[in-house]
Amino acid sequence: MRNAFVKTLTELVHEDPHIMVITGDLGFNVFDEFKVQYPDRYLNIGVSEANMIGVAAGLALEGKIVYVYSIIPFATMRCFEQIRNDLCYQNLNVNIVGVGGGYSYSYFGATHHAIEDISIMRTLPRMTVICPGDPWETSEAVRAVANLPGPTYLRLGKRGEPTVHKPGTVFTVGKGIIIEEGTDVTLIATSTMLEGASQTVQLLKAKGVSPMLVSIHTIKPLDVKLLRDIAQRLPAIVTLEEHSIFGGLGSAVAEVLAESPFHPRFKRIGVLDSFPDTIGTQIYLRGKHGLNPEQICEKVLELIGIRNKEYGIVGDD
Amino acid sequence: MKLTLQELSHLARDIRKETLRIIADAKSCHVGSCFSCIDILTALYFHTLRIDPKNPPWSERDRFIMSKGHGVAALYVTLAKRGFCSPDILTHYIKDGSALAGHVTRTAMPGIEASTGSLGHGLSIGVGMALALKKDQPQSRVFVLLSDGECDEGSTWEAALSAGHFGLDNLIAIVDYNKIQSYGRIAEVMDLEPLADKWRAFRFEVRELDGHDFSALITAFSHLPLQYGKPTLILAHTIKGKGVSFMENDFEWHYHTPTSQQVEDGICELYQRYA
Repeated sequence: MRNAFVKTLTELVHEDPHIMVITGDLGFNVFDEFKVQYPDRYLNIGVSEANMIGVAAGLALEGKIVYVYSIIPFATMRCFEQIRNDLCYQNLNVNIVGVGGGYSYSYFGATHHAIEDISIMRTLPRMTVICPGDPWETSEAVRAVANLPGPTYLRLGKRGEPTVHKPGTVFTVGKGIIIEEGTDVTLIATSTMLEGASQTVQLLKAKGVSPMLVSIHTIKPLDVKLLRDIAQRLPAIVTLEEHSIFGGLGSAVAEVLAESPFHPRFKRIGVLDSFPDTIGTQIYLRGKHGLNPEQICEKVLELIGIRNKEYGIVGDD
Repeated sequence: MKLTLQELSHLARDIRKETLRIIADAKSCHVGSCFSCIDILTALYFHTLRIDPKNPPWSERDRFIMSKGHGVAALYVTLAKRGFCSPDILTHYIKDGSALAGHVTRTAMPGIEASTGSLGHGLSIGVGMALALKKDQPQSRVFVLLSDGECDEGSTWEAALSAGHFGLDNLIAIVDYNKIQSYGRIAEVMDLEPLADKWRAFRFEVRELDGHDFSALITAFSHLPLQYGKPTLILAHTIKGKGVSFMENDFEWHYHTPTSQQVEDGICELYQRYA
């Protein structure tokens, strides 16, 4: 996703003289060529995220379209109030590009993990929140937000995530994408979980289940129409995110379902309310929360099974 | 604009009077913070800034950011006096349905460059503007008015570091150094001294002056930047509540709403002092 990001950004900078890029002293292997090619469009503001957002606001007030870049906790939490007051309140075209969704920075430890970012960014008025799930969604999103007048948060992964979407797919901010139709259960995935969701679909099919796969790349504004349609058509919905189950995709979908006339079986799969007490690879850390495909598959079967056996309402774990 | 020192003094008196009135009328506060910077605002808006009230978004204008957003009443009154809006709308200050919020809001009236209110934001925004203007509008300058309490904020110094690093000589920061912050005296709460040296260490060219002396303000503002290749810092020594003796140097006037008697007494004193 990082490569797709910088490739598209380079194209945009070439096309539009208003675009500026600021990094908070990060971007090794990302901006190495870019900063040489476009030195007057690139600014390393140093390790000062609050200043980075304020400077971006000042540039945007003078008509620039700004992309700021850092690792997610630094780009979103350290400077949260600057984002709220300087960008959202003033409704400026500044796009915060956070790298390292979920446990991408696995063994770096909890300081570098991004498991609360979606929920806090989602609370901000005027903020658009986009969490691309593959390189194609990343490119499309990076391009689309240049033309959105207000601020955007773009949540990127870090690994070389594979492309999930088929050629010819249409990307629209605020619109979910049905990747595969099904009848038994809908897997709704966002960000770094799209790949795992796609793998889970294959596991479920092997067990005779007909799953539907949906990518919700835009968490805000949420595609309420699509979600209500799915809730009406399918008996079960599972949300998948490498993010806290509080306030992210699962919460956003739950809000829609709770207010809709349709009530399919529903389960949020995401990071539970905890910091990791042991460290390891991204796969290892995901495993602690049941985020790997085999684990997801089991939970989905359980959800559907419970429904088939008519056990009634069962508490979440 | 070419006004005499006495004309500027009278304008500042009238801005103080109107500021006192709208704050009292709205049962609001921050009189002391407004009064300490009104002479600076008057010098900027009626002498220094290249602006056009008939064409507020004029691209070649100078920019002014009121980073001490709680001094908003003084800014609204100054802008109205300078012709950016009708003085009639000042009577709506912070009332139900008004656009005139109690901290600086960009959409409140024409001529406001940035919304502020949380301290430690304005200088960064000014750095961003100055960076953009360096390339796009080299004749334009960016003025940022900071409070002294605001110099407690780490983000102020992040911004200062970057202004010095980029050598932004089109950026002029002014500290309204009235020596009193929100809940006490600077020296007791969080001493800033040696403040001028701190800014110098961040590569600003510093001028200290009496922030109530129009001659000193105009002289400094007429020779900007103080040094090419460096941002400017005007350390304006001021008096909180300046102009009304019972408000001067008293941190409580950060919070008090003036009574109608105090408004009357205050205006009476303003006319005696600035006759």
